[in-house]
Amino acid sequence: MISLSNVHKSYAMGSSKLHVLKGIDLHIGQGEFVSIMGSSGSGKSTLLNILGILDNYDEGAYHLNGKLIKNMSEKQAAQLRNEMLGFVFQSFNLISFKNAMENVALPLYYQGVNRKKRNKIALEYLDKMGLLPWANHLPSEMSGGQKQRVAIARSLISKPKIIFADEPTGALDSATSFEVMDILQDINKEGITLIIVTHEHDIAAMTQKIIRLHDGKIAEILENGELKDWKHQYKRELEIA
Amino acid sequence: MFDIDKWQEILATIKKNKMRTFLTGFSVAWGIFMLMILLGSGNGLSNGVSENFTRNAINAMWLWSGKTSIPYQGMKEGREIKLTNDDYDIIKDIPGIDKTSGRYFISGNMFSYGSEYGSYTAITCHPDLQEVESIDIVEGRFVNEIDIREARKSVVLGKDIYDALFKGKNAIGEYIRVNNIPFKVVGICKEGGGTRHRNAYIPVTTGQRVFNGSNRLHNFAVTVDAKTIEESQVIEKAVREQVAQKHKFDATDESALGSYNKLEDVMQTMKIFQAIKIFIWIIGTGTLIAGVVGVSNIMLIVVKERTKEIGIRKAIGASPASVIGLILLESILITTVAGYIGLVLGTGLMEGINFIVEQQYAASAATNGGNGETIFRNPTVDLNVAVMSTVLLVIAGTIAGYIPAKRAASIKPIEALRDE
Repeated sequence: MISLSNVHKSYAMGSSKLHVLKGIDLHIGQGEFVSIMGSSGSGKSTLLNILGILDNYDEGAYHLNGKLIKNMSEKQAAQLRNEMLGFVFQSFNLISFKNAMENVALPLYYQGVNRKKRNKIALEYLDKMGLLPWANHLPSEMSGGQKQRVAIARSLISKPKIIFADEPTGALDSATSFEVMDILQDINKEGITLIIVTHEHDIAAMTQKIIRLHDGKIAEILENGELKDWKHQYKRELEIA
Repeated sequence: MFDIDKWQEILATIKKNKMRTFLTGFSVAWGIFMLMILLGSGNGLSNGVSENFTRNAINAMWLWSGKTSIPYQGMKEGREIKLTNDDYDIIKDIPGIDKTSGRYFISGNMFSYGSEYGSYTAITCHPDLQEVESIDIVEGRFVNEIDIREARKSVVLGKDIYDALFKGKNAIGEYIRVNNIPFKVVGICKEGGGTRHRNAYIPVTTGQRVFNGSNRLHNFAVTVDAKTIEESQVIEKAVREQVAQKHKFDATDESALGSYNKLEDVMQTMKIFQAIKIFIWIIGTGTLIAGVVGVSNIMLIVVKERTKEIGIRKAIGASPASVIGLILLESILITTVAGYIGLVLGTGLMEGINFIVEQQYAASAATNGGNGETIFRNPTVDLNVAVMSTVLLVIAGTIAGYIPAKRAASIKPIEALRDE
């Protein structure tokens, strides 16, 4: 599904260059639930943006579904995002002057689905999230958890292959965080590949695979079975700190 | 272009961003509104003044005799020039001279009818004076050729004299006395464009015969057949040269033969009005530019404000073209509607002013017998100009909006999303 080989990315910071990703090799298969972890500045958000074709990279190769993603035109990238990818953000990124239903329906607008039909589909997805009574509310009238569920519904409506979530629980309390993670796990069970960035270990522990980034490189990849051991190690790290 | 869904999306955005919509619309509507008022006022002023000019034939010229001030052919200065009926015949036939009327000044101006009397001016003239001074006949007729030929004692009374002497009674055919000499009233007239009608007109030959003028004439009023100042100056020069040759004085001697060329005056005033028009256009263009700058300013802010929204839209699959289209169509819609509102309000106001001005004009015309006093008439704007400036503003606003919209659409969605 996703394969990266030797991907480099640097940002121009004034006159100097900030080398963020220093050669990433990664393979993620279909239906996986992966979390990317790392301290701030380790490049985890940058990696997610490259994977989501929200940002480009300098060196290496990125194949999405067997297709090389490089130097794409904005239009091609937009189309690919619309067809294949869904996004969930920490700050929800709902359009403030649109109500929940219109926000959810927006990706279908860009697919050319007519208004009546896309609003009907949007209501179905809101229903799945248990938000049907909130369909006509503006984002400002909803709680953080509700907003994030609207955002998830929006990411699902275009029936994507992969959903990227950048700190999906970062702005939520722990009870709501677990609710959101439950929803994401359900989505994963339907066969959609999920990649989340988080710095919370308990959130990461709910995924099947953890990719730890350190200083622009992959420090380690932990599979499902190793998570228990890893938790011990993590606790030790905390004690030392 | 006409995609109902797209317009619904735009209308929904407009509806939910009322303040932004109002600000954009207001700067456009205001620009057009001010432009309409400026151009309308300019037109009104120039219409009013050119109307005042038509009170005398605009191609009129007056000539009068005096004493020489330049020695000529051995003759000293200070010699008096005496114009006669012969000069009338000469001037009448000079090419380019259209209407000609001579005048002999008569002294004493006591008018009486029965027990009513008053002091007014009796002007002796040829029939052509009616055209030169745009005299309107209210009743009867003006001085005619038979009056001149037979030196009949006919008189055409100004409206004011008629009112004073006859007080509304029938005057045509009645005899009045001018300096105790009976004259038959043949007509009642008004001076073109004037508000006072205190002059009476009698045939020039009668004036000469009755008041001992023999064949003397004091001045001439003529109209010239000229379209430009240059043409009329050529004719004026020809007249001066012919008269100077006959009376032996320097043709450039303004004191021997005075002349006043109305066309020259009119043209000069028209030039001033042209300058005012240009000035108004400069200010108007400035107003338009201010409107364009206002629109582009707001478009810049709009794009800045919507950067995050654009990022979201791009993340979920909006192409750059659709983002640009969304922003531009919104701005075109707002500027067009607002421009139209400004247009309607501006022209509406000018039409309202026009209505009031016309009423005042009619009121003053009623008291002054058909000739209202105003320097402001028909202050309206050519519809083509109005529509063109609105279209111009819309186009300029679009171009001004396109640049930031293009920039916003080309930035990476991730940068747009990071923008707080």
